[in-house]
This record gives sequence, structure tokens and C-alpha cells, in this order.
Amino acid sequence: MKFRRRRRIRQIVSPATLSHTFERRSFVIGAVQGGMGVLLAGRLAYLSIFENEKYRTQSESNRVNLSLIPPRRGWILDRHGAPLASNKAAFRVDVIPERLHDVDATIAVLAPIVGLDQAEVQDLKERIDDARGFQPVEVASRLTYDQFAALSVRLPELPGVVPQRGFSRYYPTGPSIAHLIGYVGPASAEEYEKDHNPLLITPGYKVGKDGLEKYFEPRLRGKPGARRVEVTAGGRIVRDLGTRSDVQGLPIKLTIDGPLQDYAARRIGLESASVVVIDCLTGAILALVSMPAFDPNSFVGGIGRLEWKLLNEDDHIPLLNKAMRGLYPPGSTMKPMATLALQLAGVSPTERVPCPGGYRLGSRFFRCDAVHGSVDMPQAIEHSCNTYFWSMSHRIGYDKIAPVAKMLGLGIEFDLPGTNQRYGTVPDSAWKMRRYKQEWTAADSLNASIGQGYVSVNPLQLAVMTARVATGRNLQPSLMFGHKPKLGPALPFTPEQLAVTHKGMFDVVNGSGTGGGSRIDIGGIKMAGKTGTAQVRKLISRGHVSEWKARDHSLFICYAPTDAPRYAMSVVVEHGGFGASAAAPIAKDVMTYLFDPATALKTLQAKEAEWGGNAIERMSRRYGNYDIATPGVV
Amino acid sequence: MSSIVPIPIARQPWQMLLPLILLVCFGATVLYSAAGGHLQPYSLSHVMRFFIFLAMASVMALFNKEVVRFVAYPAYALILLLLLGVELLGFVGGGSQRWINLGFIVLQPSELMKPAIVLVLARFYSDLPSGMVPTWRSIVPAGVLIGLPVALVMLQPDLGTGLAIAFGGLVVMFLAGLPLRWFLSGAAAAAVAAPLAFFFLLHDYQRNRVFVFLDPESDPLGTGYHITQSKIAIGSGGLFGKGFGEGSQSHLNYLPEPHTDFVFATMAEEWGLLGGLFVLGVFFLVLRWGWRVALASEDRFSRLLGGGMVATVFFYAAINLSMVMGLAPVVGIPLPFMSHGGSSMMTNMICLGSLMMINRWNVRSGRRTLG
Repeated sequence: MKFRRRRRIRQIVSPATLSHTFERRSFVIGAVQGGMGVLLAGRLAYLSIFENEKYRTQSESNRVNLSLIPPRRGWILDRHGAPLASNKAAFRVDVIPERLHDVDATIAVLAPIVGLDQAEVQDLKERIDDARGFQPVEVASRLTYDQFAALSVRLPELPGVVPQRGFSRYYPTGPSIAHLIGYVGPASAEEYEKDHNPLLITPGYKVGKDGLEKYFEPRLRGKPGARRVEVTAGGRIVRDLGTRSDVQGLPIKLTIDGPLQDYAARRIGLESASVVVIDCLTGAILALVSMPAFDPNSFVGGIGRLEWKLLNEDDHIPLLNKAMRGLYPPGSTMKPMATLALQLAGVSPTERVPCPGGYRLGSRFFRCDAVHGSVDMPQAIEHSCNTYFWSMSHRIGYDKIAPVAKMLGLGIEFDLPGTNQRYGTVPDSAWKMRRYKQEWTAADSLNASIGQGYVSVNPLQLAVMTARVATGRNLQPSLMFGHKPKLGPALPFTPEQLAVTHKGMFDVVNGSGTGGGSRIDIGGIKMAGKTGTAQVRKLISRGHVSEWKARDHSLFICYAPTDAPRYAMSVVVEHGGFGASAAAPIAKDVMTYLFDPATALKTLQAKEAEWGGNAIERMSRRYGNYDIATPGVV
Repeated sequence: MSSIVPIPIARQPWQMLLPLILLVCFGATVLYSAAGGHLQPYSLSHVMRFFIFLAMASVMALFNKEVVRFVAYPAYALILLLLLGVELLGFVGGGSQRWINLGFIVLQPSELMKPAIVLVLARFYSDLPSGMVPTWRSIVPAGVLIGLPVALVMLQPDLGTGLAIAFGGLVVMFLAGLPLRWFLSGAAAAAVAAPLAFFFLLHDYQRNRVFVFLDPESDPLGTGYHITQSKIAIGSGGLFGKGFGEGSQSHLNYLPEPHTDFVFATMAEEWGLLGGLFVLGVFFLVLRWGWRVALASEDRFSRLLGGGMVATVFFYAAINLSMVMGLAPVVGIPLPFMSHGGSSMMTNMICLGSLMMINRWNVRSGRRTLG
């Protein structure tokens, strides 16, 4: 190697040639350096002149952070303008996952301050893992001022934690109207997939999840505000650049009478029941109560596991709106309707039917409640004589009664936006053939005529039926306040025919009938009604079967005043026993409240003392018991 | 002029010093803004360090050529030992360490090696008989002299400084007149080896860094973040900049290291293209002066020393500016005379001090003078 290199030396290198080389090469290097300088200057000019606009935009989007302010939802009002759902100022705390230095350490500090249990901490960690980029994740809402303050002083050591002030949905009347209004909650992943509105994943923003809140979502939503702030790369807010305030959603006003609704809910007490009150002058639904219910306020901040467990395990099914989705055999509450059908079919109201305590059809004997002797049409209602209706419906056939039942609202789904009704069954021979491929039998007619067998209705239908019987008009129920009264045309009954039915119902309460215990007399105002006791034939499996489960449903329909019907009502108490014993007293007190609230409230307070406090007190006692009964569940 | 101004001051190379002082003051202004409108902690110390090191450079300029020639090898050996010491300390301490604390000063030996390699090679080639320049005797010792410190620095690991040392050494070798084909074949070999190394030797993450450099927007929050934010700062400045103290990229912490490696981006955001051209112009004036000094000297040692020093300063500036404008991958090399930091200021002032020294030798010899 050495050898080869020596041989390759050709030119003579001297100090002079080296000096010359130096000068040449220094010129080359200088030129390269100059070229580099020109290149850098060119690059600089390219960036700052030709790409200036692009980079200025990027610099602005770095500097300015636009955060959405969730709009305040529109209020839901009762007929007097009092809120059934409003907004309450609330403190909340979010985290921005991107900016958390140590997720576990931060949560360890946060959890005791805002009161998160182990399961909630686990859930929060999962949500932080799933979060997208700089999108904040809600840690807790509805903090007290003290919690908020305790958190605020520790902020410097908690980067990425953002305390917020906002509004949260508030339901002043709590459970009493929960089923109708529904509740709000954070948008689900599916909802976000469907509508890629960044508002949906803004913490503190809630969408309607059920009931009217869900149906009227577009109207209630409002327009979000925005806050432009200058932020550092670390997410610290330097200053506000401007705020566009949100536009509150539009309110909706219901026909519901808030105090009445509340009263009815409280009056139901320990029962599993529903109460529907309709204004006979307009068709407006004044009360639509189903109890027990959930507290929609509990859903706003995410419902606790214990509360959810209690709601789900309760055999009184608090999550079901019984007023519109509960289906029951109407029992004897069908009888006033049946008298109208019989009269239309040509039966004379004065014709008497002997009741020997039952009715024989072929080889079967249908047993009546009592031996009523000879009864005419009004007396058949007054004493709820099954024999009369069995013999009459056997004569004319149920296919003549079913159309009248539908005409009065049974088996009908009403046009009530935002509600979800189950409309049940009003059977006839065509229906049975379609459904079971069987001929209609005489026994079917007998069962149907007293509201048993295939017949099933919901409490709203019963109330509408009562209102239509009371007024003789094809009145349509409505929930939205301010809509034109849907009184509808007169039904094809003569005043005389209606008077017969009205007399029967009047005597039920004011005569020697089955509802005598529920008589009211407030300044001459009298109530007419009809009791119903529906056999629970098939035990529908809803959890465990107890003795309570096997009891009959107790129903009552009524209207008042009898001379000029103003209010029509239906009350259904699940497994309440006789109609007169459970449903009628509730109806009596609710009707009393409509005319004389003071007296009605006095009655209620006495009852609540008996039951062990009002609904909220009883609820919290149940929680306490549950905690003691199952330690370590939470 | 000499009648009014004292001679020690008048003989200073003002055509270089005046633009340089302006640049340092401009740098201090930028650092003032980067500190949120405060002199502390960057701006004041920047200016103070400059004048301290300027005084040091002025003292250096008084050194005799023979003394400088004499200290070349001992100084190189001492710095090499310090580098080794840092390496051993780092090994014992269980982590990478670049500096050594001598009690009264925190010393970063790799910085000192940049001028030292130029000095030792200038000495080596000035001693080498002309006939031996195209032989192995000219390249093997030089290769060892460069290779040892570069290897030690790369081990730290400090790629940027390692490259700067190698670059300074290679420029001296090139200027020393080694056969051109050696450099060409070396370049050719590198051109062949680089892609091979890229695809077979580098780890995935290292390859990824190169890709990110080529397309920083592909990874805006990861490795490409620094380049992207720097380009945003420079590009958003426009022709005249956003105004003094108005740079949002630096003030809101989007720009990484706004006072050290990315000080040019901080400046360009607030002063725009004009500020950038001013900086480039000062570097042009300073480096041109350096070349003139090198060419003006007659002896080989002075010329190689001067040329190498100019190249070292140039390398700093060129790599830093390329990096902040997205023309080179991110390597931690500060911008001379503008970035805040004592070590780089010291290195650069040693380089300029050496040139001032050579300039004085030229004046003394009376053959050709500059200033």
C-alpha cells in the first residue's frame, strides 16, 4: 500500500503550489459559503413573503383557541308559565387529556375533592383514554361552591384541569313529571357519529334523551356561544379575545298544570299508579302522572349506579310511563261506554234485566259480584252489574260495541308529539280472526263487555273516553299550550242517550253505587264516576311474583262538575284491589284539589304523615336502607 | 484619525467589529423580547458575555505567532484529555454528560475542541514538508487528530458538535492542498454509503426522523413539531415582522428554545425578512473579513488557521439557519452571536480572536494590511 502510493506521486508539490492551491480552494469555499448565504436568503424570502399568508394563518390558529359555550336549553313551562325544566348555574370541572402530565396523579388529587368513587375514577380513566385530541373530558359537574373553590386553589399543580362555570338542566318538580318531559344527558358516541357537530362533545352540553326533551331537541337546543382566547402551547389562557354569547333555546309551553301534576304525584303515595286529567273544554291534558318515577335531575350529571339499580329492581317500575305505556284491562270502567253503544244499537235504557247473581251462557255460568235483582241501564252502571252487560252484549254482539269504544278513544293512538304511547287492543271478530285465526265466540263478547279478556287500554285513553262521554264531543287531547282547542264535532249520541249514561255515573258516586265513598261536594259541585276492578289473570313476569302482584288492578274514571263537565280524570292503581278502595279515593282528592286546593292539601299532609314523609324523604330513607343492607356494593 | 483615537483602539478591525457589535445588540434585543420584555435572564448576560469574550479575544490577538504554534499540540492534548474525562465522569455517573465542573468554571470541552482542531491541524500542515502533502503522511495523522475527538463527542452523544469538529478539520485539510481526488473519492464513497447506511444500519426511529425532516407536517405534534413551529414563526413574520414584542409563536411557547437554537425564528417573527437579511448581511461581512485576513497572511500556518476559523463560524451559522428554516434536520447547534449561551459565544469569540490575532500578525509584518 505504501509502495503503491509512492509510485503514484507525479506532480511536484512546493510551498508555492500549495499557496496557489490555498488561494484557489479558499475561493471555492468562499463561493460555496456565499452560495449557501444566497440559498438561505432565498429560503427566508420564500417563507416570509410567498408563504406568509399560509403561515400567518397557522400562527393565528396556534394562538387563538375557540371554545364553544354550550347553549342554555329552552325552558319547558306549564300552563301558568312556571318552569317544569329550567337551567341552573353550575360549577363543573373538565380535563384536557392532551395537556395532562400525569393522568393517574391528577385524578388522585381530583377524586377526593369532587367526590369520585372508585368506579367513577375507573370510568373517567377510560373516557380520558378514548378522548380525541384536545377535546375536554368532563370529570364532574354540579359541584358545590366549596368544592369548586378547593379545586381552584390547587390548579397550579394540576395542568390540563379546567374548572368551568356553566348551566345544567334543572327540573324543579323532580319525579312528578319525569316521564313526560324525559331527561337530558351527554350525547352518545352514536349520536356524535350521526351528527359530527363539535358541540355534541363539548363538556357540559346535554341533549334530550327521552320524552319531550328528546322530541323537541331542535327547538330547545339553542345556538352555542363561543369564546376566543389566546392560549399558550401548554394550554394556559393568556387573555380573552372576545366572547359571543350563546342563544338560548326556545321554550315550550305545555298544557300541564304544574301544581296539579305535583299534587297528583304526591297523592299517589306508595302506590304504583297513574292519574290523567283532561280539561273537558279544550282537550288540554292538565296532568299526566305516573308514579313512582325517577328523578330526572339524577340523570343530568350521570345517574349513580345505586340509584339506577334501585330504579331497575323496583317492582313498581319507575322507569315506565304507565299513563301512556301501561296497558290494563279496563274492567267495569268500560260500562258507561257500553251503555252508549247499547243505546245506539237500539236498546231501551228503561229495559230491565234480572240479575240472579250471574249469567248462564250454554253450559258456563258467569258469576256477577252480587245478586242485583232487576236493573235498568243507569242502575247497571250504578251497581256495576255484570249480568246486565253480559245479557245485552250477548244480544247485540260485541262488534256493535267495539266501534263505539274506538269512537270514544280506546285502542287509539293520539297525536301527541313527543310521547310514546302503547294503544292496546279493542277486540272484535275481525281482529280475533286476524290475530288468532279463530272465530269470535259469545264468551268473548261477554268478557269484552266488562272490560276483560282481550281488551287492554292505557290510562290516557280512559281519561279521553271519560271526557268524551262527559261532553258528548269528539274531543282530542293536547299537550302543547296555545294550540286551538280540539273540541271536535259532536258524537252521534242524542242528549237523552248521554243523560242516561251520565245519570248512571252520577249515581255511582252520589247514589248507592260502588263509588259512594268518593263523593265530593264543594259548593254544590258534584262528581260522577265509575269504578273498575280488573282481574290480573296472567301474571306477567316482571321480576319476582309476590302477593301484591296477584291483586287486581284498581281503576276509576270520573268527571266534574256533573252539570257542566269541566274536568275528566282516570286513575289506575296497579294491584290496588277494588276500584272503589284504591283508585277512587285518589281521584276524589285530585278532583277536590281542582276546586278547593286548601282542603285537598290538608288531606294530603295527613296521608303523607301516615306514609312516613313526602316522596323525597321516603326515597332517601330507601337509599339509606339499601346502603346498610348491602355494604360494599358502592 | 490615529491622532484622536488611542492606537490600541484604532488598530482594531472595526470594519468587522462594528457590524458584529450591532448583531450582538440586535441579538440582545431579540432575547429581551423572548424573556417577555425583561433584560434578565437572557439579554443582559448576552451582552456582558460578549464584551467579556471580546476583551479575551483582544488579549488573544496580542499573542505571538511562535507562542501560538507552540501551544497547539499541548492545548489539543489537554482538551482531548478533558473530553475523555467528561466521558469517564458520564460513564461513572450513569448518564450522558457534556461538561466538566472545574470548580470555578463549568467547561464544555467539546466546544473548545472546535477551534483546537483547526489550530492543531494548521500547525501539523505548516510543519509538514511540501513534498509529503500528497502522501499518506499528510492524511493519516490528520485523520487520527480529527477522529479521536469526533469519536469521543459522538459518544456523548452530540452529533452536531461532532460534525462541526469534523467539518473544521476537513476544511483545513482541503485548504492544506491535499489531492482533490481524495476528497472527490471520499465524497463518492459517502454518497454510496449513505443510502446503504440509511436503509441497513439506521434504526427505524432514526429513519423516521429523516422522513419527518423531509415532511415535517406528517408528524406535527411529534418530531416535526420544532421544525413546523419554527417555519410558522418565520413565515408569519412577513416582510417587516409582527413588531417588537409581538411574536406570538415565541411568547406563547409554541416555538421551542426561543432564546437558544431557535432564536433566529424568534427574531424573524418580530422583525420579518428585513431582520433576517440584516443577520445574514452581518455574517457575510464578518466571514468576508475573515477570508481576507486569511488570504492576506503570507505563512501557511496563519492561512490555514484563519481559513479553518472562518469555516467553523460559518458551519455554526449555516447549520443553525438551515435547521430553523427547515432545510436541515434538527441538530442542537446555536446561532453565533445571537443565541443565548456562554459556550458557543466563547467558541465563536475564540475563532474571531484568532482571526484578529492573524490580522495583527499581518499588520506587524507590514506587508499587507487590513484596517
